[in-house]
Amino acid sequence: MRRFFLLAACVVVLVGLAGLVLTRPQKMDQSELIGVTPDLARGEVVFHAAGCASCHSAPDAVGEDKFILAGGRRFETDFGTFIAPNISRDPDSGIGSWSALDLANALIHGTGPQGQHYFPAFPYTSYANMTTEDIVSLHAFLSTLPAVGTESKAHEVGFPFNVRRGLGGWKLLFMTPGWVVEGDLNDQQIRGRYLVEALGHCGECHTPRNGLGGLKRDLWLAGAPNPSGKGRIPGLTPDQLDWSEADIAEYLKSGFTPDYDSAGGEMAEVIENTSLLTDGDRLAIAAYLKAVPASSPRLSLE
Amino acid sequence: MMKKISIFAAGLLTVAAIGTAIAHESENPAVKARTSIMQLYAFNLGTLGGMAKGEVDYDAEAATRATNNLVVLTQIDQSAMWPAGSDNVSDPSTRALPAIWENFPDVGAKGQAMADAAVAMQAAAGQDVEALKAAMGDLGGSCSACHKAYRAPKN
Repeated sequence: MRRFFLLAACVVVLVGLAGLVLTRPQKMDQSELIGVTPDLARGEVVFHAAGCASCHSAPDAVGEDKFILAGGRRFETDFGTFIAPNISRDPDSGIGSWSALDLANALIHGTGPQGQHYFPAFPYTSYANMTTEDIVSLHAFLSTLPAVGTESKAHEVGFPFNVRRGLGGWKLLFMTPGWVVEGDLNDQQIRGRYLVEALGHCGECHTPRNGLGGLKRDLWLAGAPNPSGKGRIPGLTPDQLDWSEADIAEYLKSGFTPDYDSAGGEMAEVIENTSLLTDGDRLAIAAYLKAVPASSPRLSLE
Repeated sequence: MMKKISIFAAGLLTVAAIGTAIAHESENPAVKARTSIMQLYAFNLGTLGGMAKGEVDYDAEAATRATNNLVVLTQIDQSAMWPAGSDNVSDPSTRALPAIWENFPDVGAKGQAMADAAVAMQAAAGQDVEALKAAMGDLGGSCSACHKAYRAPKN
Protein backbone atom coordinates (compact mmCIF):
# COMPACT_ATOMS: atom_id res chain seq x y z
CA MET A 1 0.00 0.00 0.00
CA ARG A 2 2.75 2.37 1.00
CA ARG A 3 4.52 1.46 -2.20
CA PHE A 4 1.39 2.38 -4.16
CA PHE A 5 1.24 5.80 -2.58
CA LEU A 6 4.90 6.33 -3.27
CA LEU A 7 4.37 5.38 -6.89
CA ALA A 8 1.28 7.60 -7.16
CA ALA A 9 3.20 10.50 -5.64
CA CYS A 10 6.02 9.95 -8.12
CA VAL A 11 3.55 9.94 -11.00
CA VAL A 12 1.94 13.16 -9.76
CA VAL A 13 5.32 14.86 -9.44
CA LEU A 14 6.40 13.64 -12.87
CA VAL A 15 3.17 14.74 -14.54
CA GLY A 16 3.50 18.08 -12.75
CA LEU A 17 7.08 18.48 -13.92
CA ALA A 18 6.18 17.46 -17.45
CA GLY A 19 3.33 19.98 -17.33
CA LEU A 20 5.69 22.70 -16.17
CA VAL A 21 8.10 21.87 -18.97
CA LEU A 22 5.37 21.65 -21.59
CA THR A 23 3.70 24.92 -20.57
CA ARG A 24 7.01 26.81 -20.45
CA PRO A 25 6.98 29.93 -22.66
CA GLN A 26 8.80 29.16 -25.92
CA LYS A 27 11.55 31.34 -27.34
CA MET A 28 13.33 31.55 -30.64
CA ASP A 29 17.09 31.29 -31.03
CA GLN A 30 18.98 34.47 -31.90
CA SER A 31 20.70 32.59 -34.74
CA GLU A 32 17.43 32.49 -36.68
CA LEU A 33 17.66 36.24 -37.24
CA ILE A 34 21.29 36.28 -38.37
CA GLY A 35 21.68 37.75 -41.84
CA VAL A 36 18.10 39.07 -41.94
CA THR A 37 18.28 42.76 -42.86
CA PRO A 38 15.45 45.22 -42.20
CA ASP A 39 13.67 47.01 -45.05
CA LEU A 40 11.63 50.03 -43.89
CA ALA A 41 9.24 50.08 -46.84
CA ARG A 42 8.52 46.40 -46.29
CA GLY A 43 8.04 47.09 -42.57
CA GLU A 44 5.39 49.69 -43.34
CA VAL A 45 3.46 47.25 -45.55
CA VAL A 46 3.62 44.66 -42.74
CA PHE A 47 2.41 47.28 -40.24
CA HIS A 48 -0.71 47.99 -42.32
CA ALA A 49 -1.36 44.41 -43.42
CA ALA A 50 -1.07 43.15 -39.83
CA GLY A 51 -3.42 45.87 -38.59
CA CYS A 52 -1.20 46.92 -35.66
CA ALA A 53 -2.83 50.34 -35.45
CA SER A 54 -6.36 48.94 -35.27
CA CYS A 55 -5.69 47.77 -31.72
CA HIS A 56 -2.70 49.76 -30.50
CA SER A 57 -3.50 53.32 -31.60
CA ALA A 58 -5.55 55.42 -29.21
CA PRO A 59 -9.33 54.86 -29.32
CA ASP A 60 -10.92 56.77 -32.25
CA ALA A 61 -7.56 57.73 -33.78
CA VAL A 62 -7.80 58.52 -37.49
CA GLY A 63 -5.29 59.34 -40.22
CA GLU A 64 -1.75 60.11 -39.05
CA ASP A 65 -2.78 59.60 -35.42
CA LYS A 66 -2.93 55.89 -36.14
CA PHE A 67 0.87 55.90 -36.05
CA ILE A 68 0.71 56.92 -32.36
CA LEU A 69 0.70 53.52 -30.69
CA ALA A 70 -0.26 54.57 -27.17
CA GLY A 71 -2.65 51.65 -26.61
CA GLY A 72 -5.72 51.91 -24.38
CA ARG A 73 -8.42 50.37 -26.57
CA ARG A 74 -10.59 47.97 -24.59
CA PHE A 75 -11.69 44.56 -25.89
CA GLU A 76 -14.50 42.93 -23.98
CA THR A 77 -14.60 39.13 -24.27
CA ASP A 78 -16.09 36.16 -22.44
CA PHE A 79 -12.81 35.85 -20.52
CA GLY A 80 -12.54 39.45 -19.34
CA THR A 81 -11.56 42.82 -20.75
CA PHE A 82 -8.21 43.11 -22.51
CA ILE A 83 -6.63 46.53 -22.86
CA ALA A 84 -4.21 47.06 -25.73
CA PRO A 85 -0.77 48.07 -24.41
CA ASN A 86 1.49 50.89 -25.54
CA ILE A 87 3.74 49.56 -28.33
CA SER A 88 5.33 52.89 -29.24
CA ARG A 89 9.11 53.19 -29.22
CA ASP A 90 9.13 54.79 -25.76
CA PRO A 91 11.68 52.63 -23.86
CA ASP A 92 9.77 52.74 -20.54
CA SER A 93 6.06 52.79 -21.41
CA GLY A 94 6.33 51.20 -24.84
CA ILE A 95 8.54 48.59 -26.48
CA GLY A 96 11.45 50.84 -27.45
CA SER A 97 13.90 48.68 -25.53
CA TRP A 98 12.91 45.54 -27.44
CA SER A 99 15.33 43.85 -29.82
CA ALA A 100 14.11 42.35 -33.08
CA LEU A 101 14.37 38.99 -31.31
CA ASP A 102 12.04 40.20 -28.53
CA LEU A 103 9.50 41.22 -31.18
CA ALA A 104 9.92 37.87 -32.96
CA ASN A 105 9.26 35.97 -29.72
CA ALA A 106 6.14 38.04 -29.07
CA LEU A 107 4.76 37.57 -32.59
CA ILE A 108 5.71 33.95 -33.19
CA HIS A 109 5.50 32.40 -29.73
CA GLY A 110 3.33 34.87 -27.80
CA THR A 111 6.18 35.18 -25.30
CA GLY A 112 7.22 38.48 -23.68
CA PRO A 113 10.82 39.58 -23.06
CA GLN A 114 10.55 38.54 -19.39
CA GLY A 115 9.50 35.08 -20.50
CA GLN A 116 5.79 35.54 -19.76
CA HIS A 117 2.92 34.19 -21.89
CA TYR A 118 0.78 36.77 -23.67
CA PHE A 119 -2.99 36.43 -23.84
CA PRO A 120 -4.16 35.37 -27.30
CA ALA A 121 -6.22 38.57 -27.61
CA PHE A 122 -2.89 39.53 -29.20
CA PRO A 123 -3.25 37.34 -32.32
CA TYR A 124 0.12 35.58 -32.21
CA THR A 125 -1.61 32.35 -33.20
CA SER A 126 -1.87 34.00 -36.65
CA TYR A 127 1.38 35.99 -36.56
CA ALA A 128 3.20 32.71 -35.81
CA ASN A 129 3.41 32.23 -39.58
CA MET A 130 5.21 35.54 -40.17
CA THR A 131 8.56 35.46 -41.96
CA THR A 132 11.64 36.65 -40.11
CA GLU A 133 12.24 39.22 -42.90
CA ASP A 134 8.84 40.76 -42.16
CA ILE A 135 9.42 40.76 -38.40
CA VAL A 136 12.83 42.40 -38.61
CA SER A 137 11.44 44.97 -41.07
CA LEU A 138 8.44 45.68 -38.84
CA HIS A 139 10.80 46.13 -35.88
CA ALA A 140 12.73 48.74 -37.88
CA PHE A 141 9.55 50.50 -39.02
CA LEU A 142 8.09 50.66 -35.48
CA SER A 143 11.26 52.40 -34.32
CA THR A 144 10.54 55.28 -36.77
CA LEU A 145 7.13 56.02 -35.20
CA PRO A 146 6.58 58.52 -32.35
CA ALA A 147 7.39 57.64 -28.74
CA VAL A 148 4.47 58.10 -26.33
CA GLY A 149 4.70 58.00 -22.54
CA THR A 150 1.19 56.65 -21.86
CA GLU A 151 1.37 53.83 -19.30
CA SER A 152 -0.14 50.51 -20.40
CA LYS A 153 -3.06 49.37 -18.25
CA ALA A 154 -3.41 45.91 -16.73
CA HIS A 155 -5.98 43.59 -18.35
CA GLU A 156 -9.18 43.15 -16.37
CA VAL A 157 -9.26 39.37 -16.35
CA GLY A 158 -10.41 37.25 -13.42
CA PHE A 159 -9.46 33.80 -12.12
CA PRO A 160 -8.68 31.29 -13.62
CA PHE A 161 -7.89 33.09 -16.88
CA ASN A 162 -5.45 35.43 -15.16
CA VAL A 163 -3.05 32.56 -14.42
CA ARG A 164 -0.53 33.17 -17.18
CA ARG A 165 1.01 29.71 -16.87
CA GLY A 166 -2.33 28.26 -17.90
CA LEU A 167 -1.84 29.95 -21.25
CA GLY A 168 1.00 27.51 -21.90
CA GLY A 169 -1.59 24.75 -21.87
CA TRP A 170 -3.88 26.81 -24.06
CA LYS A 171 -1.07 27.25 -26.57
CA LEU A 172 -0.37 23.49 -26.53
CA LEU A 173 -4.00 22.80 -27.35
CA PHE A 174 -4.82 25.54 -29.81
CA MET A 175 -1.66 26.97 -31.31
CA THR A 176 -1.55 24.74 -34.35
CA PRO A 177 1.55 25.33 -36.43
CA GLY A 178 1.38 25.62 -40.20
CA TRP A 179 -1.18 26.83 -42.72
CA VAL A 180 -4.86 26.02 -42.67
CA VAL A 181 -5.32 25.93 -46.43
CA GLU A 182 -2.81 23.53 -47.95
CA GLY A 183 -2.45 21.99 -51.37
CA ASP A 184 -1.83 23.25 -54.84
CA LEU A 185 -1.79 27.02 -54.63
CA ASN A 186 -0.27 29.38 -57.19
CA ASP A 187 2.03 32.28 -56.20
CA GLN A 188 -0.83 34.75 -55.98
CA GLN A 189 -2.87 32.45 -53.72
CA ILE A 190 0.21 31.79 -51.57
CA ARG A 191 0.71 35.54 -51.10
CA GLY A 192 -3.00 35.84 -50.31
CA ARG A 193 -2.75 33.03 -47.77
CA TYR A 194 0.11 34.82 -46.03
CA LEU A 195 -1.89 38.06 -45.96
CA VAL A 196 -5.09 36.40 -44.69
CA GLU A 197 -3.83 33.62 -42.39
CA ALA A 198 -0.72 35.32 -40.97
CA LEU A 199 -0.64 39.13 -41.20
CA GLY A 200 -4.32 40.01 -41.63
CA HIS A 201 -5.34 37.51 -38.91
CA CYS A 202 -8.79 37.40 -40.56
CA GLY A 203 -9.53 34.02 -38.99
CA GLU A 204 -9.48 35.55 -35.50
CA CYS A 205 -12.93 37.04 -36.11
CA HIS A 206 -14.28 35.16 -39.15
CA THR A 207 -13.65 31.65 -37.76
CA PRO A 208 -15.79 30.32 -34.87
CA ARG A 209 -14.15 29.44 -31.54
CA ASN A 210 -14.71 26.66 -29.03
CA GLY A 211 -15.58 27.19 -25.37
CA LEU A 212 -11.96 27.80 -24.44
CA GLY A 213 -11.42 30.35 -27.18
CA GLY A 214 -9.50 28.07 -29.55
CA LEU A 215 -10.25 28.48 -33.26
CA LYS A 216 -12.28 25.70 -34.89
CA ARG A 217 -9.90 25.30 -37.80
CA ASP A 218 -12.21 22.82 -39.54
CA LEU A 219 -14.68 25.71 -39.87
CA TRP A 220 -12.05 28.07 -41.25
CA LEU A 221 -13.53 31.48 -42.19
CA ALA A 222 -17.03 30.02 -41.94
CA GLY A 223 -18.36 33.01 -39.98
CA ALA A 224 -18.82 33.35 -36.23
CA PRO A 225 -20.85 35.09 -33.56
CA ASN A 226 -19.61 38.62 -32.90
CA PRO A 227 -17.57 38.62 -29.66
CA SER A 228 -19.18 41.95 -28.78
CA GLY A 229 -22.40 39.93 -28.45
CA LYS A 230 -24.35 41.68 -31.18
CA GLY A 231 -24.89 40.11 -34.57
CA ARG A 232 -22.71 37.78 -36.56
CA ILE A 233 -19.42 38.08 -38.36
CA PRO A 234 -20.02 36.85 -41.91
CA GLY A 235 -18.43 33.78 -43.44
CA LEU A 236 -15.86 34.31 -46.20
CA THR A 237 -15.86 30.84 -47.75
CA PRO A 238 -16.76 30.73 -51.47
CA ASP A 239 -20.17 29.19 -50.75
CA GLN A 240 -21.07 32.08 -48.48
CA LEU A 241 -19.29 35.03 -50.09
CA ASP A 242 -20.30 34.93 -53.75
CA TRP A 243 -18.57 38.19 -54.71
CA SER A 244 -16.14 38.17 -57.63
CA GLU A 245 -12.43 38.58 -56.93
CA ALA A 246 -12.68 42.13 -58.31
CA ASP A 247 -15.57 42.82 -55.90
CA ILE A 248 -13.50 41.62 -52.93
CA ALA A 249 -10.47 43.65 -53.97
CA GLU A 250 -12.58 46.79 -54.46
CA TYR A 251 -14.22 46.28 -51.04
CA LEU A 252 -10.80 46.06 -49.39
CA LYS A 253 -9.76 49.27 -51.14
CA SER A 254 -12.77 51.61 -50.96
CA GLY A 255 -15.09 49.74 -48.61
CA PHE A 256 -17.79 49.57 -51.31
CA THR A 257 -19.84 46.39 -51.46
CA PRO A 258 -21.08 45.22 -54.90
CA ASP A 259 -24.31 47.14 -54.09
CA TYR A 260 -22.29 50.26 -53.30
CA ASP A 261 -23.17 50.24 -49.69
CA SER A 262 -20.10 50.80 -47.55
CA ALA A 263 -18.42 48.67 -44.94
CA GLY A 264 -19.51 49.16 -41.36
CA GLY A 265 -18.50 48.19 -37.85
CA GLU A 266 -15.05 46.73 -37.19
CA MET A 267 -14.61 45.99 -40.88
CA ALA A 268 -14.53 49.73 -41.66
CA GLU A 269 -11.47 49.82 -39.40
CA VAL A 270 -9.90 46.87 -41.23
CA ILE A 271 -10.42 48.62 -44.58
CA GLU A 272 -8.52 51.66 -43.29
CA ASN A 273 -5.55 49.23 -43.28
CA THR A 274 -6.25 47.23 -46.44
CA SER A 275 -6.84 50.46 -48.40
CA LEU A 276 -3.12 51.15 -47.86
CA LEU A 277 -1.99 47.90 -49.52
CA THR A 278 -1.28 47.51 -53.23
CA ASP A 279 -3.93 46.40 -55.74
CA GLY A 280 -1.81 43.27 -56.21
CA ASP A 281 -2.02 42.36 -52.52
CA ARG A 282 -5.77 42.98 -52.40
CA LEU A 283 -6.28 40.75 -55.45
CA ALA A 284 -4.07 38.11 -53.81
CA ILE A 285 -6.39 38.11 -50.76
CA ALA A 286 -9.37 37.68 -53.09
CA ALA A 287 -7.69 34.84 -54.99
CA TYR A 288 -6.90 33.04 -51.72
CA LEU A 289 -10.47 33.42 -50.43
CA LYS A 290 -11.74 31.69 -53.57
CA ALA A 291 -9.41 28.76 -52.77
CA VAL A 292 -10.70 28.26 -49.20
CA PRO A 293 -12.79 25.08 -48.90
CA ALA A 294 -16.54 25.62 -48.66
CA SER A 295 -17.88 25.36 -45.13
CA SER A 296 -20.69 23.02 -44.24
CA PRO A 297 -23.72 25.31 -43.87
CA ARG A 298 -25.18 22.96 -41.27
CA LEU A 299 -22.13 23.25 -39.05
CA SER A 300 -21.66 26.97 -39.49
CA LEU A 301 -25.25 27.78 -38.52
CA GLU A 302 -24.66 27.43 -34.81
CA MET B 1 -44.74 14.90 -35.95
CA MET B 2 -41.59 15.99 -37.76
CA LYS B 3 -43.71 17.28 -40.63
CA LYS B 4 -45.93 19.25 -38.28
CA ILE B 5 -42.90 20.84 -36.69
CA SER B 6 -41.46 21.83 -40.04
CA ILE B 7 -44.77 23.30 -41.22
CA PHE B 8 -44.98 25.21 -37.97
CA ALA B 9 -41.38 26.38 -38.38
CA ALA B 10 -42.02 27.41 -41.98
CA GLY B 11 -45.05 29.37 -40.81
CA LEU B 12 -42.97 31.11 -38.15
CA LEU B 13 -40.29 31.94 -40.69
CA THR B 14 -42.87 33.42 -43.06
CA VAL B 15 -44.31 35.57 -40.28
CA ALA B 16 -40.79 36.67 -39.35
CA ALA B 17 -39.97 37.45 -42.98
CA ILE B 18 -43.12 39.55 -43.41
CA GLY B 19 -42.36 41.28 -40.14
CA THR B 20 -38.87 42.15 -41.35
CA ALA B 21 -40.17 43.36 -44.69
CA ILE B 22 -42.65 45.67 -42.96
CA ALA B 23 -40.06 46.94 -40.50
CA HIS B 24 -37.76 47.72 -43.41
CA GLU B 25 -39.83 50.54 -44.89
CA SER B 26 -40.04 53.64 -42.77
CA GLU B 27 -43.30 55.54 -42.43
CA ASN B 28 -41.38 58.75 -41.96
CA PRO B 29 -41.11 60.77 -45.21
CA ALA B 30 -37.86 62.36 -43.99
CA VAL B 31 -36.26 58.91 -43.57
CA LYS B 32 -37.58 57.89 -47.01
CA ALA B 33 -36.11 61.03 -48.56
CA ARG B 34 -32.63 60.55 -47.12
CA THR B 35 -32.67 56.83 -47.97
CA SER B 36 -33.49 57.77 -51.56
CA ILE B 37 -30.44 60.01 -51.70
CA MET B 38 -28.32 57.09 -50.51
CA GLN B 39 -29.77 54.96 -53.33
CA LEU B 40 -28.92 57.65 -55.86
CA TYR B 41 -25.35 57.67 -54.56
CA ALA B 42 -25.15 53.89 -54.88
CA PHE B 43 -26.54 53.94 -58.44
CA ASN B 44 -23.98 56.45 -59.67
CA LEU B 45 -21.13 54.84 -57.73
CA GLY B 46 -22.06 51.62 -59.52
CA THR B 47 -21.12 53.19 -62.86
CA LEU B 48 -17.71 54.24 -61.50
CA GLY B 49 -17.13 50.99 -59.62
CA GLY B 50 -17.90 48.86 -62.66
CA MET B 51 -15.10 50.64 -64.51
CA ALA B 52 -12.72 50.56 -61.54
CA LYS B 53 -13.18 46.79 -61.27
CA GLY B 54 -12.77 46.28 -65.01
CA GLU B 55 -16.27 44.82 -65.41
CA VAL B 56 -17.22 47.61 -67.80
CA ASP B 57 -14.95 49.31 -70.33
CA TYR B 58 -13.78 52.73 -69.24
CA ASP B 59 -15.92 55.47 -70.75
CA ALA B 60 -14.83 59.01 -69.86
CA GLU B 61 -18.21 60.53 -70.67
CA ALA B 62 -20.29 58.05 -68.68
CA ALA B 63 -17.87 58.33 -65.76
CA THR B 64 -18.11 62.11 -65.85
CA ARG B 65 -21.90 62.05 -65.97
CA ALA B 66 -22.05 59.74 -62.96
CA THR B 67 -19.61 61.89 -61.02
CA ASN B 68 -21.47 65.08 -61.89
CA ASN B 69 -24.55 63.48 -60.36
CA LEU B 70 -22.61 62.59 -57.22
CA VAL B 71 -21.44 66.17 -56.85
CA VAL B 72 -25.01 67.46 -57.26
CA LEU B 73 -26.21 64.95 -54.66
CA THR B 74 -23.66 66.20 -52.13
CA GLN B 75 -25.08 69.71 -52.62
CA ILE B 76 -28.64 68.81 -51.60
CA ASP B 77 -29.61 70.53 -48.37
CA GLN B 78 -30.59 67.64 -46.12
CA SER B 79 -31.28 69.66 -42.98
CA ALA B 80 -35.03 68.89 -43.06
CA MET B 81 -34.39 65.16 -43.58
CA TRP B 82 -32.90 64.54 -40.16
CA PRO B 83 -35.66 65.67 -37.76
CA ALA B 84 -35.47 64.82 -34.06
CA GLY B 85 -36.96 61.39 -33.40
CA SER B 86 -35.74 59.83 -36.65
CA ASP B 87 -32.91 57.83 -35.05
CA ASN B 88 -32.83 54.04 -34.74
CA VAL B 89 -34.03 54.13 -31.13
CA SER B 90 -37.26 55.92 -32.06
CA ASP B 91 -37.64 54.27 -35.50
CA PRO B 92 -36.31 50.71 -35.89
CA SER B 93 -36.46 50.94 -39.70
CA THR B 94 -33.46 53.27 -39.77
CA ARG B 95 -29.86 52.55 -38.74
CA ALA B 96 -29.11 56.21 -37.96
CA LEU B 97 -27.57 56.36 -34.48
CA PRO B 98 -28.70 58.99 -31.95
CA ALA B 99 -25.05 60.16 -31.88
CA ILE B 100 -25.77 62.05 -35.13
CA TRP B 101 -27.99 64.50 -33.26
CA GLU B 102 -25.36 64.98 -30.57
CA ASN B 103 -22.54 65.70 -33.04
CA PHE B 104 -23.98 67.81 -35.84
CA PRO B 105 -20.74 69.76 -36.46
CA ASP B 106 -18.77 66.54 -36.93
CA VAL B 107 -21.46 65.03 -39.17
CA GLY B 108 -21.29 68.22 -41.24
CA ALA B 109 -17.49 68.00 -41.46
CA LYS B 110 -17.68 64.39 -42.62
CA GLY B 111 -20.33 65.40 -45.19
CA GLN B 112 -18.00 68.13 -46.44
CA ALA B 113 -15.16 65.59 -46.73
CA MET B 114 -17.40 63.48 -48.95
CA ALA B 115 -18.33 66.51 -51.09
CA ASP B 116 -14.59 67.23 -51.52
CA ALA B 117 -13.90 63.60 -52.47
CA ALA B 118 -16.69 63.77 -55.06
CA VAL B 119 -15.13 66.91 -56.58
CA ALA B 120 -11.75 65.15 -56.68
CA MET B 121 -13.43 62.25 -58.46
CA GLN B 122 -14.94 64.70 -60.97
CA ALA B 123 -11.44 65.62 -62.11
CA ALA B 124 -10.21 62.01 -62.07
CA ALA B 125 -13.18 60.31 -63.75
CA GLY B 126 -12.76 62.19 -67.04
CA GLN B 127 -9.00 61.71 -67.09
CA ASP B 128 -8.38 57.94 -67.37
CA VAL B 129 -9.22 54.68 -65.66
CA GLU B 130 -6.08 54.72 -63.48
CA ALA B 131 -7.00 58.12 -62.05
CA LEU B 132 -10.56 56.90 -61.49
CA LYS B 133 -9.33 53.80 -59.64
CA ALA B 134 -7.03 55.90 -57.47
CA ALA B 135 -9.82 58.33 -56.51
CA MET B 136 -12.19 55.48 -55.58
CA GLY B 137 -10.36 54.75 -52.32
CA ASP B 138 -10.77 58.27 -50.92
CA LEU B 139 -14.37 58.49 -52.03
CA GLY B 140 -15.19 55.17 -50.36
CA GLY B 141 -13.26 56.23 -47.26
CA SER B 142 -15.40 59.36 -46.97
CA CYS B 143 -18.58 57.23 -47.02
CA SER B 144 -17.14 54.82 -44.45
CA ALA B 145 -16.01 57.57 -42.08
CA CYS B 146 -19.60 58.60 -41.47
CA HIS B 147 -21.06 55.08 -41.52
CA LYS B 148 -18.45 53.86 -39.06
CA ALA B 149 -19.28 56.56 -36.54
CA TYR B 150 -23.01 57.08 -37.04
CA ARG B 151 -24.64 53.96 -38.48
CA ALA B 152 -25.74 50.93 -36.48
CA PRO B 153 -24.60 47.47 -37.69
CA LYS B 154 -26.97 45.63 -40.03
CA ASN B 155 -28.26 43.00 -37.63
